[in-house]
Amino acid sequence: MREALEGSLAIARAVAMAKPDVVAAYPITPQTHIVENLSKLVAEGDLHTEFVSVESEFSAASVVLGAAATGARAYTATASQGVLLMSEVLFNIAGLRIPLVMTVANRAVGAPLSIWNDQSDAMAVRDAGWIHLHCASNQEAVDTTIQAFRIAEATELPVMVCMDGFVLTHTMEVIDMPGQAQVDAFLPPFAFSRALDSADPRTVGTLVDPGWFAEMRHSHHAAMGRALGVIEKVDADFAKLTGRASGGLLTVTGDPDARVGILAMGSVVGTLEAGLADFGTEAGTARLIKLRAFRPFPARALREAVAGLDTLIVIDRAISPGLGGIVGSEVSAVLQSMTAAPRVLNYALGLGGRDIPESVYPALIAAAANPLAPRFAVFDADLDKLMPEDR
Amino acid sequence: MVQDSTRLNGLRAKHGRPPAGPHEPQAAPSTLRQGQPRFRGLEAGHRACQGCGEALAARIVMENAGPDVMVANATGCLEVFTTPWPQSAWRVPWMHSLFENAAAIASGMEAALKARGRNTKVLAFGGDGGTYDIGFQALSGMLERHHDVLYVCYDNEAYMNTGIQRSSSTPHAASTTTSPAGKERMGKRHLKKDLLSIIAAHHIPYAASASVAYPADLARKVRYAMGIEGPTFLVVHSPCPLGWRHASALTVEVARRAVECGLFPLVELERGALTNIMPIRTPRPVVDYLELQGRFAHLFDETDTRAIEERDHLQALADHNILTYGLAGTGDDPVDTTGIAHVRRGGPLAERT
Ligand SMILES: Cc1ncc(C[n+]2csc(CCOP(=O)(O)OP(=O)(O)O)c2C)c(N)n1
Ligand code: SF4
Ligand SMILES: [Mg+2]
Repeated sequence: MREALEGSLAIARAVAMAKPDVVAAYPITPQTHIVENLSKLVAEGDLHTEFVSVESEFSAASVVLGAAATGARAYTATASQGVLLMSEVLFNIAGLRIPLVMTVANRAVGAPLSIWNDQSDAMAVRDAGWIHLHCASNQEAVDTTIQAFRIAEATELPVMVCMDGFVLTHTMEVIDMPGQAQVDAFLPPFAFSRALDSADPRTVGTLVDPGWFAEMRHSHHAAMGRALGVIEKVDADFAKLTGRASGGLLTVTGDPDARVGILAMGSVVGTLEAGLADFGTEAGTARLIKLRAFRPFPARALREAVAGLDTLIVIDRAISPGLGGIVGSEVSAVLQSMTAAPRVLNYALGLGGRDIPESVYPALIAAAANPLAPRFAVFDADLDKLMPEDR
Repeated sequence: MVQDSTRLNGLRAKHGRPPAGPHEPQAAPSTLRQGQPRFRGLEAGHRACQGCGEALAARIVMENAGPDVMVANATGCLEVFTTPWPQSAWRVPWMHSLFENAAAIASGMEAALKARGRNTKVLAFGGDGGTYDIGFQALSGMLERHHDVLYVCYDNEAYMNTGIQRSSSTPHAASTTTSPAGKERMGKRHLKKDLLSIIAAHHIPYAASASVAYPADLARKVRYAMGIEGPTFLVVHSPCPLGWRHASALTVEVARRAVECGLFPLVELERGALTNIMPIRTPRPVVDYLELQGRFAHLFDETDTRAIEERDHLQALADHNILTYGLAGTGDDPVDTTGIAHVRRGGPLAERT
C-alpha cells in the first residue's frame, strides 16, 4: 500500500513485519525515531517482541548477539558514536557468524561533534565482517530491511542496513509498504542451525590458537564471497514478489554511452540522478553507478559496470585522514586488474551534513574534463575558512 | 525448571542422572564416578592451575544449577582454561563473547528464551575484573531491567588471566603486577570495592557472597538463587594459588581463613536488606590469613613500620565487617564457620534452607 511516511516510521514498520523475537536499542540522533516508533508499536500491541531498553549501545549489540545465538530473530539500530561504542561487539557478532540485522542511520563521528549525516560511522567498522548494504531511498531502506533478515539468515552473517541520517530517516516519502502476507511468504520463521539449546549443549566463542585462527578468518572471507550471490538472489526474489528490486549489488543508470561515470552510495545517488536530468544536456551526461553492497565488495560487477569509461568519479561520504577516500581507494584497487581501467577521481562530499545540492553534478563533470583535476579532494570544503597551512 | 518431563528426562539420561518421577530400584553403578549423584556441568580435564579456586567454585555452581541452563561467560581464566578450541569442558550451552558484556549477553539469551517460550535458566559468569570493573555497567543494566539471570562473580581479587593485575576487588595492600610492593609503595593503595552493597542498591530479589571453603553453603545459595525468577547475584571468593602466591594445596584453607578473620564476610541480601550471615565461631586474627600468601609478604617485614600499620589497617577493615554485619558468633552454631564444615545427613542444616 502506498503511503506518505517518515523514513524512520517506515523502517519501524518494516522491522515489525519481520516479526523479530528480540529488539534491543539505545537512542541516538538520527536513529532515535526508529526505536521510538518500535517502542510505540510494542506499546500498542502491534509488535510482539522482547524489547530490551538497554543502558548503552554496547549492551544493545551484546543483547542482540546473545539473543540471536539463542535462536531469536534479533534487531538493533544505531548511528555514529553508537556504532563506535558497539564496535568491539560488532567484530564479535560477525566473527561468531551470528545472523542479525542492524540499521545504521549514518551520521558523522566526532570530534568535532556533529549530529548530521555522512557515512564515517559505517566506514569505521567496515572490517568488522558484516554485510553492508547502502540505501538510496526510503523505499529501498524498507525493502532492504526485510531482505536483510533473509540474507542474514541464509548466510549466517550479520547485515548492516545503512541509510543516511536525516536525509532519509527524517524525510517523508511516498512508500509502497509490502503487506504482512507478502513478508511472511518471503521470510520464513528463523531456524538457526547453531542455536544454543540445553537439550543439545554446544560451546560458542572459544579461545583459538594460531593453528586455527587463519582458517577461521579465511572461512569468514569465503562466506562473504558467497554472500554476493545471496544478496542478488534475495533481491531478485523480492522483486518477483513485490515488483520492486532494491539494486542487487550495484545498479547502473544514466547514460550508458557516457565516458564519465560517477559512483556513489546512499541518498546522494538521488541528487546525482536529479543533477543529470537537470544539467545533463548542458554539462554532459554520465553513467551513474549506485553501489548498494559495500561488503562484500562486488569487484567483478564493478569492473563490468565501469567498462568503457575514461573517468570514474567516486564519491566518498567519509574520509580517512592521511589517505583520502575510502570507497575511492577500494574501487581503485579492484580496477587495477582491468586492461583499460578508467582514471579514478575520488571526492569526499557532504561531510558532517554539508548540503549536497544538485549543482554538484555539473561541478563533478567539469572536474572529469580537467586533466589536472586532483585525484582526491574534499570537494565542497571552503578552504578560505582555514589557516593557510591547512589549505 | 523444565516443565516438559520428556525433555527433562532426555537431559537427565544424557547426563547420567535417574529419570524424574518415582524411582525404580537402580542397578548398582559399576564405578564410583557413574554412581555420583551429581550433574557435571563443568567437566574435569580442563586446563586450570592446580588448586584453582575458580575451577572449584564453578564446578560446585554447575552441579547445583543443573542441566537446564545456559551460560554467558566473560573473558578471563575460567573462559580460557575451559575452552581451548576444539575442546570444551562444558556440558551445557555455553557462550563467550567479550570481557565486559557477559551480563548483556545473558540478558539477550534470557529475552530470546522468553520470546521462544523456553524455561531454561540463564547464568552469567565473570571474574572480579569482568564484574567489579569493566563489565559493571552491563551488570547494573541487567539487574535494573530485572532479567531472570543468575550472575556469578568468581572473585580471585585480580586480573589473573592477563597476569595478576590489580582490580577494584584487589584487597588493600595486596601486591599485584600493577600494584607491586616496593620502596615507595605497600601494594594496592586503595580499598576493595564493596560491590555487594552496590548490587544491593538495585533491590534485586537475592544477592549473596559465598566461598569455596564452604561448599555446602555455596550449594545452598546457588539452589536458592535458581529458584528465584528475576535477577540474582553471587560473589564467590575463589583463591588463586598463582596470583595470591600460596601453595596449591591450601586453596580451601586460605579461603576459610578469609571468612574466619572477617575480611570476606558471607552474607545474604534480599531486596537490598540483609537477611542472613554466616557467623564466625571464633574470629581469627587477619595475619593468619595474610601469612599464607605471597601477595602480602611485604607486610611481614618487622623492621618496616609501614608493614605493621598496613596489617593493623587490614585488621581494622575485618573488625569493621564483623561489626557492621554482626558476624561474631554466639557459641556453637551448626551453621557458623566451624559448624557448617561438618558433614551432616539431614539435620540442622535443613532448617536453614
Ligand atoms: C576490552 C578488553 N580489555 C582487556 C582485555 C584483556 N583481559 C582479558 S581477561 C582480563 C582479566 C580478567 O580478570 P578477571 O575478570 O578478574 O578474571 P580472572 O582471569 O581473574 O578469572 C583482561 C584484562 C580484554 N579481553 N578485553
Ligand atoms: S591463574 Fe589463578 S584463576 Fe587462573 S587458572 Fe590459575 S589458579 Fe585459576
Ligand atoms: Mg580475577
